[in-house]
Amino acid sequence: MSSASAIYLVEGVLLVAIQEDISDTDILDLQEALSERVVDEAARAVVMDISALEIVDTFVGRILAQLASVSKLLDAQTYVVGMRPAVAMTLVELGMDLPESKTALSLTHALKDLRGESRG
Amino acid sequence: MIPTDGVLVGVYALIRDRDVIQVRRIAGHQMDQRGARTVQKTRFVTAVSEIARNVVMHGGGGEARIYIHSAPSAISVICTDNGPGIADMQAAFRDGFSTAGSMGRGLGGAKRLSDELELVSEDGKGTRVTMMARI
Repeated sequence: MSSASAIYLVEGVLLVAIQEDISDTDILDLQEALSERVVDEAARAVVMDISALEIVDTFVGRILAQLASVSKLLDAQTYVVGMRPAVAMTLVELGMDLPESKTALSLTHALKDLRGESRG
Repeated sequence: MIPTDGVLVGVYALIRDRDVIQVRRIAGHQMDQRGARTVQKTRFVTAVSEIARNVVMHGGGGEARIYIHSAPSAISVICTDNGPGIADMQAAFRDGFSTAGSMGRGLGGAKRLSDELELVSEDGKGTRVTMMARI
């Protein structure tokens, strides 16, 4: 696992902090490592913090979308948090969306949403 | 129209995925220094990322040249490779077209995100993409 991202387990949720300037190779490695962690930890959710990313292009966007689809098959909900407004606007212009991901403003919001879900 | 004059900021090899990061970091830095707005910078740097990655992934490597223009104020990035070229350019700009199993939004997306984008490609003789953003 490279230093381009870090995975932490909190309350059954895998938190992934993606570092600025993550390379294509790093994010492919992350995809593999994270899929395994979801199963190993029986995680109920994955929270991807992308606040460090100044840009998300079609490659990174596609990997994020795939990660969410894989997690869903492994019974974990994916949240993407911390997306910068300019990144959101650019992704829309690229014609991309993240259909299997929930989005939240921050990690706190994502955890709040998850706690709400578990009560309901 | 993409201005043909300009001050060359630098020439950067595009061989590995790390090189793509370097080129977009420098382009972003240049735009910051010239007071570009965040959205403007994000859009153009994303376009540069798409095209620079194409050079590495499909073009067999190449280089990027970054120019600064003063009248009117703009930045341009020229990415070249000696790869196989693009046989069907109209198709290549269409969203959903891909020869590499990707989503195929990169080229069309880069065109939308740049103020100007010119693509010159000949089958078998490489590709040159020039992108410009007004600042």
